[in-house]
Amino acid sequence: MERKTNLTAPDGKQEILIERIFDLPLNLLFLAYTKAELVEQWMGNKVIKWDHKDHGSYQLETIGESGNVLFRANGTIHKSIENQQIIRTFEMENSTFPVQLEFLEFESIDNNTSKLAMKIVYKSVLDRDEMLKLPFARGIHLAHNRIQQIISNLK
Amino acid sequence: MNLRRDVFQAIANPTRRTILLLLAAQSMTAGSIASHFDTARPTVSKHLQILTECELLKQEQQGREIYYHFNAQKMREVADFLEPFRQMWEEKFNKLEQIMLNYKSK
Repeated sequence: MERKTNLTAPDGKQEILIERIFDLPLNLLFLAYTKAELVEQWMGNKVIKWDHKDHGSYQLETIGESGNVLFRANGTIHKSIENQQIIRTFEMENSTFPVQLEFLEFESIDNNTSKLAMKIVYKSVLDRDEMLKLPFARGIHLAHNRIQQIISNLK
Repeated sequence: MNLRRDVFQAIANPTRRTILLLLAAQSMTAGSIASHFDTARPTVSKHLQILTECELLKQEQQGREIYYHFNAQKMREVADFLEPFRQMWEEKFNKLEQIMLNYKSK
């Protein structure tokens, strides 16, 4: 399996670093982060609000089959420099996770390759570690649901 | 690196995660594990083989039956939860890349 994404979470620090090399020219990579219809496609959330500019803001959500809100998040754009940098916040609504600060640095490697370096700063080391556990917890949670389904089918 | 022995590959599959949770409660034979799934028995056997190869399960002969045990020690290594988080981002970024490559060719 190819591993193109690197993740670093230094012990005892309230930050993580994510680096990824894309087989995309720099302008397309930056566009994927700034154009609402493209964000919707790769993030898999619906864009409710999208005002990508300095001091602008955004809001995303995912609606479940029965019309309930499964996920809603928002943030403000502190600064956006085309093809270079985005500084923004991200906050999951109706969750215990505090807002996080994100520094995204975009860099061209050659005409068809670009790099994204993302630094996410959390309120505390504990908040960071809880956030890191989410995907693992979800995997286990799905397995639990499956077992519950099996057991209820047996009844 | 032998990918088959990658513990995170092993737990990335929902059927294998369910097998692990079943065996966390009690040791079972391949037949009784398979009875919990709709999938064909050889498929379940394949999952058991993968889980055994990466040491998440141990086999023990009891009379004529082979029982599968959950290896809690190995599972603790998996509790190093960074890899699932990295994989989540990798999947998102792969999607971004694919969408933008299509966008470019339009």
